[in-house]
Amino acid sequence: MSLNLEPHSTTTIDGVGIYIHIPFCKQACFYCDFHFSTSLKKKDELIDALILELELRKTEFETNTVATIYFGGGTPSVLSLDEINRILNAVFTNYAVTENPEITLEANPDDLSESKIIELSKSKINRLSIGVQSFFEADLKLMNRAHNADEAKRCLTLATQYFDNISVDLIYGIPGASHKQWQDNIQTVLDFNIPHISSYALTVEPKTALDALIKKGKIENVNEAQAEVQFHMLIEQLTAHGFQHYELSNFGKSGYFSVNNSAYWQGKKYIGIGPSAHSFTGESRSWNIANNSKYIKAIQSKTLPSEIENLSDNDKYNEYIMTGLRTIWGVSLQTIETQFGSDFKAYLLAQSDKYLKEELLYLDGDTLKISNKGKFLSDGIASHLFKI
Amino acid sequence: MKNIRNFCIIAHIDHGKSTLADRLLDYTGSVTEREKQNQLLDSMDLERERGITIKSHAIQMDYTYKGEQYILNLIDTPGHVDFSYEVSRSIAACEGALLIVDAAQSIQAQTISNLYLALENDLEIIPVLNKVDLPSANPEEVTDDIVELLGCDPEDVIHASGKTGFGVDKILEAVIERIPAPKGNPDEPLQALIFDSVYNTFRGIETYFRVFNGEIKKGQKIKFVATDKEYYADEVGTLKLTQIAKKSVKTGDVGYLITGIKTAKEVKVGDTITDFDNPTTNIIEGFEDVKPMVFAGIYPVDTEDYEELRNSMEKLQLNDASLVFAPESSAALGFGFRCGFLGMLHMEIIQERLEREFDMTVITTVPNVSYHAYTNKNPDEAFIVNNPSDLPDPSTVNRVEEPYIKATIITKSDFVGNVMSLCIEKRGMVLNQTYLTPERVELTFDMPLAEIVFDFYDRLKTVSKGYASFDYHPIGMKTSKLVRLDILLNAQPVDALSALIHADNAQNIGKKMCEKLKELIPRQQFDIPIQAAIGAKIISRETIKALRKDVTAKCYGGDISRKRKLLEKQKKGKKRMRQVGNVEIPQQAFMAVLKLND
Repeated sequence: MSLNLEPHSTTTIDGVGIYIHIPFCKQACFYCDFHFSTSLKKKDELIDALILELELRKTEFETNTVATIYFGGGTPSVLSLDEINRILNAVFTNYAVTENPEITLEANPDDLSESKIIELSKSKINRLSIGVQSFFEADLKLMNRAHNADEAKRCLTLATQYFDNISVDLIYGIPGASHKQWQDNIQTVLDFNIPHISSYALTVEPKTALDALIKKGKIENVNEAQAEVQFHMLIEQLTAHGFQHYELSNFGKSGYFSVNNSAYWQGKKYIGIGPSAHSFTGESRSWNIANNSKYIKAIQSKTLPSEIENLSDNDKYNEYIMTGLRTIWGVSLQTIETQFGSDFKAYLLAQSDKYLKEELLYLDGDTLKISNKGKFLSDGIASHLFKI
Repeated sequence: MKNIRNFCIIAHIDHGKSTLADRLLDYTGSVTEREKQNQLLDSMDLERERGITIKSHAIQMDYTYKGEQYILNLIDTPGHVDFSYEVSRSIAACEGALLIVDAAQSIQAQTISNLYLALENDLEIIPVLNKVDLPSANPEEVTDDIVELLGCDPEDVIHASGKTGFGVDKILEAVIERIPAPKGNPDEPLQALIFDSVYNTFRGIETYFRVFNGEIKKGQKIKFVATDKEYYADEVGTLKLTQIAKKSVKTGDVGYLITGIKTAKEVKVGDTITDFDNPTTNIIEGFEDVKPMVFAGIYPVDTEDYEELRNSMEKLQLNDASLVFAPESSAALGFGFRCGFLGMLHMEIIQERLEREFDMTVITTVPNVSYHAYTNKNPDEAFIVNNPSDLPDPSTVNRVEEPYIKATIITKSDFVGNVMSLCIEKRGMVLNQTYLTPERVELTFDMPLAEIVFDFYDRLKTVSKGYASFDYHPIGMKTSKLVRLDILLNAQPVDALSALIHADNAQNIGKKMCEKLKELIPRQQFDIPIQAAIGAKIISRETIKALRKDVTAKCYGGDISRKRKLLEKQKKGKKRMRQVGNVEIPQQAFMAVLKLND
């Protein structure tokens, strides 16, 4: 599915994406349910496997060129410069890459020493996504982050000297964190003049340490009223400072929207390399096994340890609704009609009706969009617009 | 006739009746390898899954014993109290019964009441101790229980295992040696008992019968006595695993009849079949028109499906004559049906069959029993109330009567206290307490039937740790202090949530209802007050807080499939919700009153 997103897009992506999953972390954040290991024993073998997988899958994109390469995790900043370069070489050797690709490295403040930042700035990496989350000690401790508040600030001071394109992650709705503290966190990022911010509500995923600690009563449960207020503070502050709220959890200044993430929401193709990584061909989604040893073993025998799901028209419609409503680009009725037919369009309008009346959705010309009021309820709304 | 044996099986649920029946079929070569599957006689998927028998079934086995050919007719009966009338008719069709008792669990209330029925009908009882191969089996003690109950010799008790097939030869031997051959006069006019009927899409209703006197011939003009209808016997035959058409079915034998009847209502279990021209004067006793005991509304989730629901219910009624329904309308739910069921299991089965066999998504409202209301104007004339909203204005009501039952519970002596408190809480009056053995106690109570409808089974199971069995029969109407508890959502009364309850329990039930509904109704974008009221008086209140966050903040490429599926699942869940005013109510909420103690 390729969608026409021209009118409001400052970043229209032509190319496709490569996502590389680095499944290692120094320590486990209490809230995280992504795939990672805190043992680095298999790091070398895993990097070899990533490179091998890149080779194995080099024909998948056919004629498409790669516009974004993204190291995610886990904590990709545990990689040495040499290791990063080896992986990037494999990308450039096996795939056609556009002239100025976005190459992002997710990094944690405790890994970003001055020497590391300088090293990285000399590599092909041209964007850092820094997992700050908060500048308050209590918040960081509660979430079991590996860095402290000082490291967070120091690393931004350094990073902004060597990198222009930086994104900072912030978490809101942290138990015990006042609105004032949240205000301060936003202000700190603004003071550093960071052009992109990803911000998430602290979410209690099942089977995480956070989940267990809350159940035991060791940590106060998250409070959705607090999260809602802080979400709206964020929108207000950042839009007042020239950011566009281009996706539910992403804010960027003009020219700084994440190419990688936009690909997900705009239905672009991407290849996910590494254990647990997901890929999308436009017609199907597939995902690698979320187990380092099994992943390595399979790749070594030149088989992809992945499961695949072919998408029906209905699936594609549902995905477009779900992802479209999260973004500034919305859901184009024109696209719905041409891609899925007039029945789908009529259905969508009928289902939207009550939300349009409640002003949770609105029509911008021919495009259905979510209002600020509706944003925090967007899952329920999307689900209602789904076809099953 | 001397080589025919007709017998049924009396057993408690899970005591292994259907499995043992399978072994009998195996052993007599009545099924080929290819036809074998578990619970052969339970032909409905639902029966197999739940491990219960809903309909009566019959099967004929041929067996050679001491060089002679015998015809053995096994009539398999339902094992649940909801279907006790069917059981009584099956028993009436036999000369003998296998009393199957689980060697670990011993005799249960349901078994005893059916055993008494069999004894009343002069059936020869063959006690079988089943599951003797289980490690938890306690054959000596359970044999003692049986001996005490039947007054038989310990040697008469056959040890068997449905699982391994152990003892099956002994059972067959006993069936032939101990059960008397049918008596009857082939020269008398036809007299046959209907003990069940089954609906066949292609052939209409198949009637199962037992011939007591005379014979039934293909083409014969016959009459059903109770319904006073006449038919031609288009086809008669005996029941092997498949039907074997015959020229006639003779005195003492069991068979099936096809007459082109299209609806189950015309074939009443317990009715007598006789010859039209030369009718018998000897009507088989014990015929009853089975009356529904429990009533509930069934509504389509989507109001547009009303007609389709009606069609589905009509089709269901074709093969389940005990289901009755009449159109009704609810302010909250629109058009639907008030349905009468034999009991709670029957209600669940109907709901499940509607969903499975007819793909209907329905809402079932709070079940209730049938009340008699007498108005001041007409204090001698009962006004039947099958729906709480039919209760006349309290100021005009002289009195309300509710149906009572006599309940028999058998439990371990350790749990007598618990069971007693439960029954008293359920407005029961203790009538008797008998120690069957030092460990096993039989308790009898008079109780309002309505209390059985409200989560009685589950509670009984809990308070007795599963060691209680229960049986009941209706004993008539008694005057009670009943009130209607209404529920208001967002200040609007929802009639489908109303229930008639005893005034003394109203406060407590009202409070629990509000709490339960708060748990079951999903949060919406606004606060939803829930109130319980009796008349104009609010007795309890809760609030469902508005939903403020319904979003997954983080949504990576990897999450898209997972998240899509999650939202699809939510959407499916919503399909089972009913919009009442501006509140969406899930299906389970309408049954909340039954689950107040979960």
